[in-house]
Amino acid sequence: MTAHDPALPPRPNSAPTIYAYDEYDRAFVRERVAEFRGQVERRLAGALTEEEFRPFRLMNGLYLQLHAYMLRVAIPYGSLTSRQMRQLAYIADKWDKGYGHFTTRQNLQYNWPKLVDVPDILEALADVDMHAIQTSGNCIRNVTADHFAGVAADELEDPRPTAEFLRQWSSAHAEFSFLPRKFKIAVSGAEHDRAAIKIHDIGLRIVKNAQGAIGYEVIVGGGLGRTPFVGKLLREFLPRADLLAFLEAILRVYNRFGRRDNKYKARIKILVHETGLDEIRTQVEAEFAAMDRAPFAYDAQELERVVAAFAPPAYESLPARSDALEKAKAENTEFAAFAAVNVAPHKVPGYAIVTVSLKPIGGIPGDATAAQMRALADAADTYGFGELRVSHEQNIILPHVKQDDLFALWRDLSAAGLATANAGLISDIISCPGLDYCALATARSIPIAQAISERFADLERQRLIGKLGIKISGCINACGHHHIGAIGILGLEKKGVESYQITLGGDPTLSASIGELLGPGVSAEEVPDVIESLVQFYLAERREGEAFIDTWRRLGHKRFKESARREGEDGSGI
Amino acid sequence: MALVSDGAFIADEWRRLADEESLPGSGKVIVSLGRLPAAREDARLTALGVYVANTTDPKALAPYFARLALIDIAFPAFTDGRGFSLARLLRREGFVGELRASGRLTPDQYLHAVGGGFDTIEIPDELAAHHGEANWAKARQARSLSYQRGVAGGASILERRRKGVA
Repeated sequence: MTAHDPALPPRPNSAPTIYAYDEYDRAFVRERVAEFRGQVERRLAGALTEEEFRPFRLMNGLYLQLHAYMLRVAIPYGSLTSRQMRQLAYIADKWDKGYGHFTTRQNLQYNWPKLVDVPDILEALADVDMHAIQTSGNCIRNVTADHFAGVAADELEDPRPTAEFLRQWSSAHAEFSFLPRKFKIAVSGAEHDRAAIKIHDIGLRIVKNAQGAIGYEVIVGGGLGRTPFVGKLLREFLPRADLLAFLEAILRVYNRFGRRDNKYKARIKILVHETGLDEIRTQVEAEFAAMDRAPFAYDAQELERVVAAFAPPAYESLPARSDALEKAKAENTEFAAFAAVNVAPHKVPGYAIVTVSLKPIGGIPGDATAAQMRALADAADTYGFGELRVSHEQNIILPHVKQDDLFALWRDLSAAGLATANAGLISDIISCPGLDYCALATARSIPIAQAISERFADLERQRLIGKLGIKISGCINACGHHHIGAIGILGLEKKGVESYQITLGGDPTLSASIGELLGPGVSAEEVPDVIESLVQFYLAERREGEAFIDTWRRLGHKRFKESARREGEDGSGI
Repeated sequence: MALVSDGAFIADEWRRLADEESLPGSGKVIVSLGRLPAAREDARLTALGVYVANTTDPKALAPYFARLALIDIAFPAFTDGRGFSLARLLRREGFVGELRASGRLTPDQYLHAVGGGFDTIEIPDELAAHHGEANWAKARQARSLSYQRGVAGGASILERRRKGVA
């Protein structure tokens, strides 16, 4: 028996609950690293021009940013093990500045890698079955899924096996690596949509038909950017066995007919909008009917293999109510607040889902230091079967924590500066990196998020305000998802001055809607005041149990708009 | 122009005719889509090929397959991937002759082209000098595994898993 004997039980720090690469996956990723190493060498030697290099570095997650290269690491469907998290910390220390940035697409970005080091970083990722493949570029991007997958009480089926199938199908796809534009797919298997499937190029919702068979509702043409669209229903029920073939058909139609004359009109949402949903459906169904589906033949054995990889961990049999938890809550109000805000119900009695906020008051949304990544890995090992998730809200999830352990976990998180009790509250802000890092940005985002967070620093007041999503983008490309924030903020540049447009009523869930403009832009300094006045209006008008978005829907945009105008002296500022 | 086949630069036996040139009395010639109906009837030609835009409807070419030995798909930019889909559709329609990609493709796209069913790649001479035959030869071998059928070594990873072969 050797140390690598597969018969050995998994090490305590390697979670058995997420997909582990087999020899093929592993060899595939190593080959991709070797290929990219060659491309980097040719680039450094001048044998590849930047123009020639660009699509290939993007396909390997490497951006050229304002100050340096940025490497975006894929965390497929947001799931990772403690071992992988420790490796991310190691990479941050060794090749970056000791931190990383978790993104709205469940990825991790390093902001300061050197080009010459990137192949070694990719090699280090491959050591723990990770990669940066297709986190960028005009190809099928890293597939995202519900961050509560497998543990949510409202789940029909864990979306991760589906997402893993998509990861494999889309990796280095020969035909779909030079699409008109990027292509994002999200999967949800629950009643509530936590994966924002309606704002993706394709959104898949796992559903059961009248005969009790599992399949997919297929949504197409959603997206944000400068022309936001809520996705439209392309197919009400797609049998599971047809999934890859059907997606191949959609992608083929898009690759052939998507616009290439204007990058801002190149996403599939524009094709769907300009061609019309019915015509697109006809084209996709015709292609689906004509294609050779043999390569996608339904393989029950393979499905079983992938599903088994996501088998639930060995839960203990516990009472639904934890006396230890109730006692700790009664004794410690700060912990009680954390338990009320950052802890969600788990489908297994006696367990809980914990959201670890990466939004400390006044901090940078989504940033984590290497030390914090290690603290998270340790917490996952000690309390959560060694598994972690990244949410599209830029937080970390510990998906299986015993309620009995919540207090001890909270103390450990507090020691690492990771116990901010603001999940889903006004300071749990989604923000893009903005002008501080990004070459595309027209305004700063992070300082705006920090200023709002500080304005509403009082957590008790935040709880009083309740669930309120603020999302900030530093340019029209909308990486901060401002369109779907209950309050959205878009930073623009007008005559050399930053100007912030505020929108209300955005919603990323199944009731998806795009926010409506409040009025002309305001200065950076004015943003917290405007938010303050909107919040006060809401607090004065809301009915029992009504979240900000509900009050906005009931009263209408006009009322909010009028309230904001009254706040501005002459109405011109807002 | 340089022609890449199976990782090596080879001599091009085909002659591409501009529309103002008249059909030669013999040989292997590539004509534009507009001249195809007339050229098809010219029995003197040893072999007939056609060059097409990547927006061409594959069904429009199908009636000519019996007479066509080569279809050359233009890549107006190396980042324009429409040709990869068109190649696949032409194969599906039953074209078994030579599929050629022409444009400023780089060796890094070789396997994308092979995966789509292309046999040869025609690139400008200066580009061939820039990237060199060795790069194309290496790129041809860059991957031994693919999640898609036909890209690297035939069977997809899924198919190999099913058979349990490495």
